[in-house]
Amino acid sequence: MTTPAPASPLPRPDRVSSRSSRPPRAGLPARIRQAFFASRRDTVLTLALLALIATVAPGLLDWLVLDAVWGPQPVAACEAARGQGACWAVVWEKFRVMMFATYPFEEQWRPGLAIAVLIALPVLSAWPRMWNPALPGVWVIGSLLAFWLMGGGFGLAKVPASQWGGLPVTLMLTIYGIGLAFPLALLLALGRRSGLPVLRALSITWIEVVRGVPLITVLFMASVMFALFMPAGFTIDQLLRAQVAIIVFVAAYLAEVIRGGLQAVPKGQYEAARALGLPYWRMMGLVILPQALRVAIPPIVNSFIALFKDTSLVVVIAIFDFAYAVKKSVETDVVWKKYFLEALLFSMLVYWIGCYAMSRYSRWLEQRSAQVR
Amino acid sequence: MDAPAVSIRGLEKWFGDFQALRSVDLEVARGERIVVCGPSGSGKSTLIRCINRLEVHERGRILVEGVELDDDLRNIDTIRARVGMVFQQFNLFPHLTVLENCTLAPVWVRRLPRRDADARALALLERVRIADQANKYPGQLSGGQQQRAAIARALCMEPSIMLFDEPTSALDPEMVKEVLDTMMTLAEDGMTMIVVTHEMGFARAVADRVVFMDEGEIVEVAPPAQFFSAPQQERTRRFLGQIL
Repeated sequence: MTTPAPASPLPRPDRVSSRSSRPPRAGLPARIRQAFFASRRDTVLTLALLALIATVAPGLLDWLVLDAVWGPQPVAACEAARGQGACWAVVWEKFRVMMFATYPFEEQWRPGLAIAVLIALPVLSAWPRMWNPALPGVWVIGSLLAFWLMGGGFGLAKVPASQWGGLPVTLMLTIYGIGLAFPLALLLALGRRSGLPVLRALSITWIEVVRGVPLITVLFMASVMFALFMPAGFTIDQLLRAQVAIIVFVAAYLAEVIRGGLQAVPKGQYEAARALGLPYWRMMGLVILPQALRVAIPPIVNSFIALFKDTSLVVVIAIFDFAYAVKKSVETDVVWKKYFLEALLFSMLVYWIGCYAMSRYSRWLEQRSAQVR
Repeated sequence: MDAPAVSIRGLEKWFGDFQALRSVDLEVARGERIVVCGPSGSGKSTLIRCINRLEVHERGRILVEGVELDDDLRNIDTIRARVGMVFQQFNLFPHLTVLENCTLAPVWVRRLPRRDADARALALLERVRIADQANKYPGQLSGGQQQRAAIARALCMEPSIMLFDEPTSALDPEMVKEVLDTMMTLAEDGMTMIVVTHEMGFARAVADRVVFMDEGEIVEVAPPAQFFSAPQQERTRRFLGQIL
């Protein structure tokens, strides 16, 4: 039986405030103890993980970095290091095929520039300073520039879209996929909650049908079915079909994400907006969507990330996107074929950079909007 | 401009099978202050929410300043622009500052230049004594301050009628008075007000008439002096016995 300790006299408020204005902070050793060795179980886990890292890390580091073959080296250098170090030379060797695939060799500076333009557009748009009425104009100009570089005309040699490939194709499918699927998804989400039965039925049908089938089948449909329905002699470019299929597909998923955000907005917000006399689109644009989209930032960006990677499925309708270009670049070369793993790792790195950038941006947006509240 | 502020005839409203309003008749003159009271579920909130069509009535007629509230969207917009509403839960827009809350509708509905809208909003925020909070977000304000901001927001549209739907019910007790004081100032300035509230002190001090509702019907309408001292109906007496 323990007697309760007498309540320790609390320091007077004035003494606390005069001593320091910040809460006390533990020293570094204490914090390490707290984080890694707080209990016996924590200690065991920490030591086990340290042991694991100590076993795996050195070998991995050797293979990936220290013993790897870097730079534009001949295949013989890789043969010598085989088993000990990665052959990054394959990336130097095949870089242009990976990046531009079947695009005519002498003209490859054009897709190179197009890549820069296509990356600059979303990067600029991510910058709050750019959120002004001029932004759509920037997109129109940037897009025209990218398509002119890729397709030619007006002084550049024409390159048909069937010869486009590599990273610019992946970027186009992603960026225009996001850019066009998003507004479409907004309309679908609003349509699904609309009071107009026809509009609601159409939205629900679109969302539920598209969500119920794999992207690959939608791509096949876009590739094959168009030809059946269109009059003879009328062709739509394969890349454009893939783009449409991706937009149709992603919009259905995004619509549901946005609907989730809309449901998080309390009914009172609609009522207050209506009581002030705001018509439907003003109410949505000024009051409801800003709140709904803020809630939905993480799942929206999640969809964008998924879209970026899913573009690699266009290979099934014979489009040379970046992932396929990387695969083909080594597969078709008997000499370099052995270094397929390194090429694959390189393509993973490229995808990862894109996805991680989006992920970080999403976090930043969330924090930014949290500050605003 | 001789039409009464609000004229309601034979109003009926159902929620599914539940009849929320039963042949309600009410006429509110311009400048009149009406307090609507009654037990919960009596249809008092539904009644005032019908006046700016947050609820759609099934039968009967509602005329606001002579304009009939029907399916004609233009009439709805006209009426909503003339009728301000204050909600129990404030319903301020959390992503906008207090000032932006106040200027949103004047700028986007009334097409007021932003500078004029800002000036008007600041004047009204001054009047409800929270001008110093203009650039804060609603979440940074106390309940009483939020409700006063909501009143200012409604007033920015220069309404001729104000509806209050239990404006003090969600407030901590010490904040009720500041909101009621604001409403009293408004009443002194001659605003037409229809107030759903349980604040009987407010009803006594401000109301021209008190409307007592029960089970979707108007049971009794009387000036406060008579309503509180000599209620005519048994149901009114029972209700007053419970709350006073």
